[in-house]
Amino acid sequence: MVDAYRLRSPLDHLGLTARAQAEAEYSGTGVVLSEIAHLCLINIRGDASDPAFIAAVEKSIKLTPPTAPNTVAGKPSQSRIMWLGPDEWLVITKPGRGERAMAELWKNLKDGKLHAAVTDSSEARTCIRIEGPRAREVLAKGCPIDLHPSAFGPGQSAQCIVAKCGVMLVQTAQAKDTAGTYELYVLRSFATYLWTWLEDASQEFGVRVA
Amino acid sequence: MFLITCPWCGEREESEFTYGHEAHITRPEDPSALSDDEWADYLFMRKNPKGPHLERWVHTAGCRRWFNVQRNTHTNAIMAIYKIGETPPKATTAGNKS
Ligand SMILES: [Zn+2]
Repeated sequence: MVDAYRLRSPLDHLGLTARAQAEAEYSGTGVVLSEIAHLCLINIRGDASDPAFIAAVEKSIKLTPPTAPNTVAGKPSQSRIMWLGPDEWLVITKPGRGERAMAELWKNLKDGKLHAAVTDSSEARTCIRIEGPRAREVLAKGCPIDLHPSAFGPGQSAQCIVAKCGVMLVQTAQAKDTAGTYELYVLRSFATYLWTWLEDASQEFGVRVA
Repeated sequence: MFLITCPWCGEREESEFTYGHEAHITRPEDPSALSDDEWADYLFMRKNPKGPHLERWVHTAGCRRWFNVQRNTHTNAIMAIYKIGETPPKATTAGNKS
């Protein structure tokens, strides 16, 4: 059993909570940036063609691992599972829900004597959310993925590069005015770099922290 | 932009990939039975054609999977992409498509 200790976001030193309060009154900014800290991220490896593996994961987290590359199953407000490779997925759950999901996955995959791996990687990354009518334009400055609504939309994901920094990119929403909401899962040692790059790239559109 | 089609992720920018040298080199079953020349041949000797070449690439910044590419080393045109374990396409002199 791991001793309890104080979890600290890699962006903690930027004082984002205080900034969000101070900037809540700002209106009409083209971009809104926020951190979703301490999400539980669980990496699963297994054989997608084995019905017993799929069933064990479904039993554990009530979600089916998607076999379509670069897609995410589940609702952003609840738990989700993201395709990372033909035999690899990432479960994304709310803070505090990870331990139970880990235990269920361990139990059900072990009971089935399945050749699989489950790894808690929650503290490897943090999540930066970028939204607002100009969010897509900001990402386009540093990301070679075509994020136009005709090519990319909610439920789609990509492991790709944003501003030379490797991220897992997920689109969670799409408004009528082509405004998208995106999440960037970034390794914690790159988090400050990526946040400051995004904020700098957003300056011309007006930006606030939420 | 030089695009490479990952068998899983589709078209992505070349900067997401890493080149992995000549494909289909099989490690000898019993290295100790080889002469020094044969072992050196396995370790170091690679084809260096001007034209179609079978080679490995990995989608480093994406799904991190290895796959095979048939590329014309003269024009840089990609002639075929196939998964690990699949049969390579017959070498052709084509490949001027860009
Ligand atoms: Zn890929």
